[in-house]
Order: sequence, then C-alpha cells, then structure tokens
Amino acid sequence: MSGIGTGYDLSTSTFSPDGRVFQTDYAQKAVDNSGTVVGIVCNDGVVLGVEKPIVSKMLVEGSNRRAYAVDRHAGVAVAGVAADGRQIVNRAVQEAVSYKNLYGDAIPGRVLADRLASYVHLFSLYWYSRPYGTASLLAVYDDDGPQLYLIEPSGAGHRFFGTAVGKGRQAAKTEIERLKLHEISCEQGINEVAKILHSVHDEEKPFEMELAWICEASGREFKRVPAELAAAAERQAKAALADSDMED
Amino acid sequence: MEAELNQAVSLGTTIMAAAYDGGVVLGADSRTSTGNYVANRVTDKLTPLTDKVYVCRSGSAADTQNLAAYVQLYLHQHQMELGGDVSVRTAARLAQQIVYSNKAMLQAGLIVAGWDARDNGSVYGVPLGGTLLKVPFTIGGSGSAYIYGFCDKNWKPGMSEADCHAFVVKAVSHAMARDGSSGGCIRTIVINKDGVKRHFLPNNEILAAYGELQPPLPASIAVGGGGAAEMSP
Repeated sequence: MSGIGTGYDLSTSTFSPDGRVFQTDYAQKAVDNSGTVVGIVCNDGVVLGVEKPIVSKMLVEGSNRRAYAVDRHAGVAVAGVAADGRQIVNRAVQEAVSYKNLYGDAIPGRVLADRLASYVHLFSLYWYSRPYGTASLLAVYDDDGPQLYLIEPSGAGHRFFGTAVGKGRQAAKTEIERLKLHEISCEQGINEVAKILHSVHDEEKPFEMELAWICEASGREFKRVPAELAAAAERQAKAALADSDMED
Repeated sequence: MEAELNQAVSLGTTIMAAAYDGGVVLGADSRTSTGNYVANRVTDKLTPLTDKVYVCRSGSAADTQNLAAYVQLYLHQHQMELGGDVSVRTAARLAQQIVYSNKAMLQAGLIVAGWDARDNGSVYGVPLGGTLLKVPFTIGGSGSAYIYGFCDKNWKPGMSEADCHAFVVKAVSHAMARDGSSGGCIRTIVINKDGVKRHFLPNNEILAAYGELQPPLPASIAVGGGGAAEMSP
C-alpha cells in the first residue's frame, strides 16, 4: 500500500484516482495474451478465424473449440479465458432463443450485441464478481446483411468491418486494413484469414486453426468452414508465407 | 331494457384485412352494442399498434381496447431497443402471446395487419383461442359468417390498391346488410410503403345490398318529417 494509485486493483467497484477500473484492465490483459482471433466482413458474409496453440501432443484435434453457433444466423468466436467464453456463448444462445420466442423473429445482430455487452458489463459492477476474461467476436447475418461485433471484457461493444484480438492483434489488424473487404467474397476471405493467422504466429510452437463463417456458401447459417476448404486455405497460407520468406 | 344494458359492451362486428400488391387494406363496420342497444354507432375498431401496424378488434370492447394498449406499450419499448420499426410479424406474435396466455379471461378476436420493409403488406389472424395464422386475407366478427363465400370468390392475389379497397368495402357492406350486430359506417385503412391512409364511408353512402331497400336520400333526412312527398324522382 505504498505510493499513489496502489491498492485500487482488488475490486471492480472502486475507481483508481486516475479513473481506471484495474480489474477490467487485467481482464483485457487475459485477452491480449490469448491466441489471435480474427473477424472480417466480406461482401457476402462474415469469416471468423481462431489461432489455437496445441497445449499437448495428446490433445484430440478439434476438442478445444472456440467458435460456436449461437443461432442459425449468428455465431461467436472467443479469445481469452475459454471457460468464461462458454458462459458468454450460453448467454447468447439464451438471448437468441428467448427473443425468437417472444417476438417471432430471429434476434437482430445489433440487439444481440447490445444484450451480450450489457451481460458482460454486469460483471464489472459489483465487488463480489470478477469480469469475464474474454473478448467475443460476434458474426451475424440478418435482414440488414452481414455484421461483425466485438464485445470486450469491460462491456464495451463495437461494430467492425474487420478486427482482431489476442496476441497477434496489432499485426493482424494492419493486414486486415490492407484488404479490400467489400471486393472479396467469404471464399476468398477464408484464405486471407488463414494467411493472417499464420503470419502473426511467429513462434515455432504448433497451432490449430479454427475457421467459421456465415455467408451464401454456408446457406446463410453460421457454420464451421468445411474441412476440405479449411485445409486448402491452410495449405495456401503456408505456401504464401514460404514465398514471402524466400523474398526476404 | 334494464337487463339489456347490464350485458357486456360487445363489438358484434364485421372486421377484415386483405393484402394486395404492395400493402394491406383493413376494414370494419362501426357498431358497438350492449344487447340490442347500440352503444356507439361510429366506433373506430381499427386501432394503431405502431406507425404502420394496425389491429382490427372484435369481441369485448373492454378486453380488446386494453389488449391493444398493452401491445402498443410493449411494441414502443421494443422499438427503443431495436432503434427502428418492428415487423408486422412481431406485433402479431406479441398480440397472440397475450391472447393465448390469458385465454380464459379474454374475449378477443383480432386481425393484425400492416406494412414492413421485409414482408411488404402482411395480414395475421389472431382468433379466440390465441392461434397465430399468417394469411393473404381474413375476416372476423359476427358479420363475417355472411361473407365467407363472397370473400373466397372475390379475393385475388396481386390486386391493385383500388381493387382491394373496393373488395373490402363491398364485403363489409354485405355483412352489415345481413348481420344485426354490424352496422353504422365503414371505416377502412390502406397501409403501404408510402404510409397510412384512412377512409370513411358514412352510412347513407353505403350501397344497398341485394334485396335491401334503397337508403333514404340525405335531403329527406335534413328536412324533418317531409318524407316521401319531398323526394325528387
């Protein structure tokens, strides 16, 4: 307890003297150290991509999922604490079901994003709770077209054309900004996402890539990218990366 | 008389709604009865739920008025959350949920109709038990029993606004001619992408149905007691 501004990081219900809530800052750090998660809005849908470090050679492939369907027209990919992410996904499913039940329509992307953000925000309000250490990328295709939202641990929600969270976010965001998003389809989009995930992953450690999309090719339903297409995207990404290494 | 007035105020009614090419037409008579006493002869049974969604009410006047008020409230709240207009489907679903979950207490037969950008004009029937049915057109109230044949024969898909409006007015006037609990004037509403238009057809301008006497001319009403002598040829 020495110095100004210390001792303010134990509770979400106390501001520090310079106006921060340290617990939500720390939650954001949990996200920043996570595997990279990328989302882009193409001209016919949304692509989500997750970089997952393989924690053990004995791990069964595809058993540690981070992209989930929430409704037919919506899905979430989570970065940060995976267990926290599942709570957010469960809540998203509940919101989608109860909206459909009450209003007869599928929940619009904006409403789902707002409600998820409000839910996450609740956990940064009371001393007895800890904020979620998870950022969620929400992909929706509704009457207003394809949309991508990011919900942060603080409860802030943003809509993006493309964004990235996790360890490689800076490099990934620079790569996304170079893409002409409104000119490419999701079929090209999965290649770009695969390329980005491989290029920002600079360690020698192996990783598994998880790709999900919602577009014309998936029948406007949120689905994992078919294995053949995902494998092709991964091969193509590795080849492109090898090419650029040769040039260096 | 005493016993008559103790009965519930009821919309023994003719109501209907029909979809046409780019919108919907809603129609209703204007009679509200307490037994055979006409409590109101110029009732408005077409009630707004949102800017572009209306409901035709039949059954108990009290039940349907309050039901419509609740649906209005919920839809307004929901519009705040959506940041835009609700769909006709959502309005109908909400009305149906309330009717269904209170079915033992309510006497309400509704028709929800309106326009939204996704579905254009749409019509939903919400009958007594709380079913929800999407239909191209539907009729309701005591007077509707007399015009099923007429409507089944004369409604056509893809009608023009004018044709659909004429169809609704004709159907309601036929029902009013035969049903003792329907009468008064004909109120109609046309809803499409351009907005909402109300029409009012006064009683004396409603065309006589088959076998009915010609309605008295307005002049003979204005001059009290004149009667047949003053009628022009």
